Amino acid sequence: MAYSTLLCEKTDGVATITFNRPDKSNAFDDALIAETIDALKDIERDADVRAIILTGAGKNFCAGQDLSPLLKFYQSGQPIPFGEHVRKSYNVIVAKIRTIEKPFIAAINGAAAGAGFGIACACDLRHASEHAKLRMAFVGIALAPDSAASFLLPRLIGLGRALEMAITNEPVDAAKALQIGLVNRVFSADELMPKTHEFARQLSRAPTRAIGLTKRAFNRALDCDLETALDYEATMQEIAGRTRDHREGVQAFTEKRAPKFSGQ
Amino acid sequence: MAYENIIVTIEDAVGLIQLNRPKVMNALNAQVMTELGQAFDEFETNDAVRCVVIHGNERAFSAGADIDAMKTATPVEMLKGNWVAQWDRPRKFAKPVIAAVSGYALGGGCELAMACDIIIASESAQFGQPEINIGVIPGAGGTQRLTRAIGKSRAMELTLTGKFMKADEALQRGLVARVVPVEMYLEAAKTLAREIASKAPVAAQFAKECVNKVFELPLGEGLDYERRHFYFLFSTEDQREGMAAFLAKRKAEWKGK
Repeated sequence: MAYSTLLCEKTDGVATITFNRPDKSNAFDDALIAETIDALKDIERDADVRAIILTGAGKNFCAGQDLSPLLKFYQSGQPIPFGEHVRKSYNVIVAKIRTIEKPFIAAINGAAAGAGFGIACACDLRHASEHAKLRMAFVGIALAPDSAASFLLPRLIGLGRALEMAITNEPVDAAKALQIGLVNRVFSADELMPKTHEFARQLSRAPTRAIGLTKRAFNRALDCDLETALDYEATMQEIAGRTRDHREGVQAFTEKRAPKFSGQ
Repeated sequence: MAYENIIVTIEDAVGLIQLNRPKVMNALNAQVMTELGQAFDEFETNDAVRCVVIHGNERAFSAGADIDAMKTATPVEMLKGNWVAQWDRPRKFAKPVIAAVSGYALGGGCELAMACDIIIASESAQFGQPEINIGVIPGAGGTQRLTRAIGKSRAMELTLTGKFMKADEALQRGLVARVVPVEMYLEAAKTLAREIASKAPVAAQFAKECVNKVFELPLGEGLDYERRHFYFLFSTEDQREGMAAFLAKRKAEWKGK
């Protein structure tokens, strides 16, 4: 599939998805939503892809929902079918990012707002440029959170800070985001992409199955009790113990050499 | 017996039946169901088999009855062939039957899984009765067994919309006994089957019959039925052995007598 609103480039086991509507701050219109879902499905199937970067073209990461496709509803006074829209778009995207068993890095190059912010939170790691600005945005236009912001943000930064971001709609800059654990690393604008690519290349040589099982275990532990989490960990460990990479890891350790992980 | 649509093996004391039409997501037609019946017949008289596991593959347990084979059928043809009656075979089979379900268990596939005694599901399992979408209704027990398993309101919703229910919900509503990661679901089912196979065989058969009677009998009759079977077990060697072994704090050696 040829994309018109995003770029998907695969090199060295790393897929880089770039939201590519820079004149619209990379806001999600129907095409960008459809193409993002398609690109994620493609990445899920492609065994050669072992790490994924999500970023935005131009100065911004992603401004969230583009309201212009919805204008017809506002003009006609019809109810806006947000429920259906969100279920078919951001719910699918976030579920894919959380369940595809490969590491996702959001390279937040500028503003990340609304669903753009939610999707950044859904990634496994967040790298921010010094110019990054993260904002919930929903309440600014009198909307409630979507794209799992209500689920993931309190888990990332705590309920108090999450509610503060959600209710006040104040933006969080890169330095503050790093301090409260909202992003993992901050880089200068020039360094963000090269450093993130380098990092992703390392991840593409990591034991991908083990990372996938780790994601699964963390997802499970987000909403279960200790006993269930312990039992699930035992099962994940059983599965991990059977992978080729585990054998390679142990063998490399005993031979005092660097492991060569295949991802299997 | 040579089978074309299923793979039948025995591991330890567990009889394994794999639905093996992967290209059509294990769609069930008269041939598959006949072979399934034959496999059950074989296992029924084979004392080496004490529990059975039916499974498909990771992507599909079975996506349903073979629609292509039914599209021009007349009622009388359906009645004469009566292959739909084969869905009741796991219930009538004397030994416990486990369905190990991954991926789709839809229509006839869902009905086959529900006809088994226990369902172990993988995290990717999905259950549904989408017959309404092709202008019919479930015909192999779907309306009856799904309703008994998960209650009327949700069963109605699923049967009237044809929508699917995911593994977690199936667990929460009691349709399945356990949900296991896809890598482990078959192994979990086999482990459970081995455990069941290690129990006193006549008692296992009676336990299955008594639990299934819940859906047939009023409580008073069900309690009588259970009690009579309980008393009857005192005529078996395994009852004497089981209780003696318990008191002597040793492991019982079952004879199946």
